[in-house]
Amino acid sequence: MERLYKRGPLPPAPLPLAFIPMHQTFDAAIEMNLLHANQRGADHNRAHFDEWGITCINLMSSPGAGKTQLLESTLKGLEPDLNIAVIEGDMTTELDADRLRQYGVPVIAINTGRSCHLDSKMVAGGIHQLQHSHEPTTLDLVVVENVGNLVCPAEFEVGEHAKVALLSVTEGEDKPLKYPVMFREADCLLITKTDLAPYLDVDLDRIEANVRQINPDVAIFRVSAKTGTGLTAWFEWVQQTVMNQTNRLQLTV
Amino acid sequence: MHETDMTKALIVTIQDWWDAQPERPTIQKVHLIVGAFTCVEPASLQFAFDVQTQGTFLDGSELVIKDIPLVAHCHTCRADYTPDVGSQYACPTCNSPMEDIRSGRELKIDRLECVAA
Repeated sequence: MERLYKRGPLPPAPLPLAFIPMHQTFDAAIEMNLLHANQRGADHNRAHFDEWGITCINLMSSPGAGKTQLLESTLKGLEPDLNIAVIEGDMTTELDADRLRQYGVPVIAINTGRSCHLDSKMVAGGIHQLQHSHEPTTLDLVVVENVGNLVCPAEFEVGEHAKVALLSVTEGEDKPLKYPVMFREADCLLITKTDLAPYLDVDLDRIEANVRQINPDVAIFRVSAKTGTGLTAWFEWVQQTVMNQTNRLQLTV
Repeated sequence: MHETDMTKALIVTIQDWWDAQPERPTIQKVHLIVGAFTCVEPASLQFAFDVQTQGTFLDGSELVIKDIPLVAHCHTCRADYTPDVGSQYACPTCNSPMEDIRSGRELKIDRLECVAA
């Protein structure tokens, strides 16, 4: 009130009781990321992975780009060198999980219901299951196969150390331009189903150029999980990522 | 519609803040800052917010969204530019790829307008 007296030429008359506001309005500065709660969960998941010496890769693409088939080839190719587990996000079924279980690795299926991506809380549930059914410290790599979708998985971290995006040659060259956030966020891009390229009007260089406009540093590999073409380079990238992560952890401990 | 999930995340974040307040205020307006280079469509967010807050502590609060354009910085030209989202992200002058994003990645709850309980 003192402030008001100083400002006004005349002291204002005291307000009648009825006019005194019963509830004060105020602004609360939040300045917090909209996905703060998810981010905190993701950091928590990552801390678990770090504690167990596990590298986590988040595998993302549109439906049908070939995530599960790529994983099958990857399990076959890397399982002798790395101990791998899969956390499998699928909207309603366990079909993908069943396919992967044939390779003798731990597969935790998370039914996401109507949700179009995995969030950190769902993956935390998967980590819990993994912790109870297997000794997590024996694992080197956990691959999270996200729900097929080029949009939201890009914004919802699950606790991964690296993001891998897949784009199949049948999806067209313009997809990176139309779904830029996914391709910006990716550490590695796999152009999949390259065995089909001869039958399509698709320019693989164009795909790469479109991705590079958005993300100049991304590692890009052209692969066919069907014929095996290009998979060696991808396997090496995975092994290098695991090694970098292990070295980083040893430095910080 | 993935904004449903975004809204769920938004509500959880506000709920965390609200639960931590000694006296729970009424939240009249939620001010958001949404960048153009995010996976969020403001109109869908608005719709999802109205639906999902019904019957909750946020029932009746208004969602106010401030759009932020995508602005990138070209190191070669030493200049900011506005990429054409959906078709062109490289620098329009020298064609260097989009490296630094100055703005457009925001997905932030800026502030809440509240009435003390």
